[in-house]
Amino acid sequence: MIRFIIKRLLLGLFVLAGVSVITFTVARVVPSDPAARWVGPRANAEQIAAARIELGLDKPLPQQYITYMKGLFTGDWGTSIRTHQPVLRELLSFLPSSLELILAGMLIAVVIGIPLGVISAVKKDSWIDQLTRTFSVGGVSIPTFWLGLILQLVFFRQLSLFPLGERVSTNTSLLYPIDNWTGFYLLDSLLQGNFDFFKDAALHLVLPALTMAAYPLGLVIRMIRSSMIDVLGEEHIRVLKAYGIPAWRRVFVYGLKNALGPTATSLGLTFAYALTSTFLIEAVFSWPGLGMYASQAILANDYPVTMAITFLVTVTYILINLLVDVVVAMLDPRIKLYQNA
Amino acid sequence: MNELLRVEQLRVRIETRERQVTALDLDHISLQKGEMLALVGETGSGKSLTASSILQLFPTAAARITGGRVLFNGTNLLEASPSVMNGIRGKEISMIFQDPMSSLNPVFRIGKVMLEIIRRYTGAGKKQAKQLAEESLKFVGLPDPSGIMRRYPHELSGGQRQRVAIAMAMVCKPKLLIADEPTTALDVTIQSQILYLINKLKEEEGMSVLFITHNLGIVSQMADRIAVMYAGSIVETGRTDEVFRFPRHPYTRLLLDAIPRLRERRDRLPVIAGTAVLKEAAGGQGCSFAGRCPRATKRCTAEKPQLRAVVSSHEIACFHPWEEER
Repeated sequence: MIRFIIKRLLLGLFVLAGVSVITFTVARVVPSDPAARWVGPRANAEQIAAARIELGLDKPLPQQYITYMKGLFTGDWGTSIRTHQPVLRELLSFLPSSLELILAGMLIAVVIGIPLGVISAVKKDSWIDQLTRTFSVGGVSIPTFWLGLILQLVFFRQLSLFPLGERVSTNTSLLYPIDNWTGFYLLDSLLQGNFDFFKDAALHLVLPALTMAAYPLGLVIRMIRSSMIDVLGEEHIRVLKAYGIPAWRRVFVYGLKNALGPTATSLGLTFAYALTSTFLIEAVFSWPGLGMYASQAILANDYPVTMAITFLVTVTYILINLLVDVVVAMLDPRIKLYQNA
Repeated sequence: MNELLRVEQLRVRIETRERQVTALDLDHISLQKGEMLALVGETGSGKSLTASSILQLFPTAAARITGGRVLFNGTNLLEASPSVMNGIRGKEISMIFQDPMSSLNPVFRIGKVMLEIIRRYTGAGKKQAKQLAEESLKFVGLPDPSGIMRRYPHELSGGQRQRVAIAMAMVCKPKLLIADEPTTALDVTIQSQILYLINKLKEEEGMSVLFITHNLGIVSQMADRIAVMYAGSIVETGRTDEVFRFPRHPYTRLLLDAIPRLRERRDRLPVIAGTAVLKEAAGGQGCSFAGRCPRATKRCTAEKPQLRAVVSSHEIACFHPWEEER
């Protein structure tokens, strides 16, 4: 197992190297002058030339690449062309906020989706199955920004149950400030015993997380349902009935473990994908996340930021895929990780 | 009377969107304590359906019991509540299935399921349950029981898996063991070992066994009594030696004639002409074998023969049984 993980991480390094070469090249080939952007619209040619030297853009491309990669491993991820801030610092402020949102959404998807999928499979073709299936198709196909707007209309405007957007209200952050330890507001406030902040942050998280959860929830329901139907039709589940194991244990203990593999795989991919694809949700809820950060960087052709985000997403994909493989192997003992290691 | 199981007038319908058939229309079978009854018949004759009906675990939701009684120790299982039924499964009546490759859950260790069954029914502690599990694994002839309990099904051979399945089925010492073609998926040498084992359970533990098979050779060696099924009905039942020596129903006789013998040289094995069809598909009333029967008359197609005793324990459902020995 350890050997497998090490091997996969080493392979991941190659992937990263490849991805970095490609993104670096593409970022530089596009017809846009970072130096001109750096100094602003009213600069003269001399200032632009000076900026070019300052940013190291006068050096040959391979050398720039090497300098960049060196920086990547020593914590200097470059400076944003748009904001003139260190990229790494910006990234570390947006990443936890994105992760908090995605993890909350995933949690909702799993906690609600698995039981619903199972019930749907057990009561196949009943009204509850029909309802759940409609729900799941809806979840997968509903446009997230629209769902977000509707949730705001209902829960903020009509019912005033949840706040409109942002991670925490200004009052709370002023009255009950927390120290930034991990960047996860819920975690930080809990660790610091700041329950006023926790409550407010949690309330702010509900609507965006629900919006975020829609797609993975629909996905989980469908995946679990279809693999559960397969599993429940298998002989070994019927055999358990012959041994007098009650239905709920047959389904939730002995059946579910067989059915989780495909769901884990697709959830892993959804997670990695969500990292940057949530910018619509972030936009609707003014959520300071990675998606917004990425889209702004791309529009501004802020290449250090685009590169850093690409890098981060690649790392996430590598790690998530590794994690999924390990989880799937733990679920099914017939899968051997270290066969060819 | 020491009757443990009696199935009466059992009817099972299979209803799909395309068609509905009465797949089982059983007169009666009975099983004494400590006895082995073999249910034989060709594929699709309703053997497994009968077994599934007793425990009410059909492989498909399309099957439904529409009538009859399944008396186990005097109580009608068909009227038992689901929870009562669950208490009977595994403890009073247990079952071994045809294919040991698919009858064990691939993602759980052998011990996990075994211990759950034991603890459910005996209320034994962890240690005691483990001991019981190891004993029954030893009984079925598996060396290193504690090692087996830590294994996953895919790490065992087919024969080992079927032994494990038997160990699971017998671990709570059920009164009735239903063996649904337990050797079909195994090769011949393993077959005889498994048969020996089932016989040992019967002899040493006094279990009653309902043995389902299409292999008449197995039946002749082991079963006390035999019930021959054809197209969802029992056509002949009696003591094994008697049925083999003096088969009275035309179907049984043709079936036995089709078995090749060592001392006889034959170029072609005799076959029963035609294929089995359910009564409804054949168009209504009458004996379901009538279409293939050499002794059939008009009466056979008009009226269904009931199972009746010809001599003490030998019963047949036929209007024109053979009156002389084979």
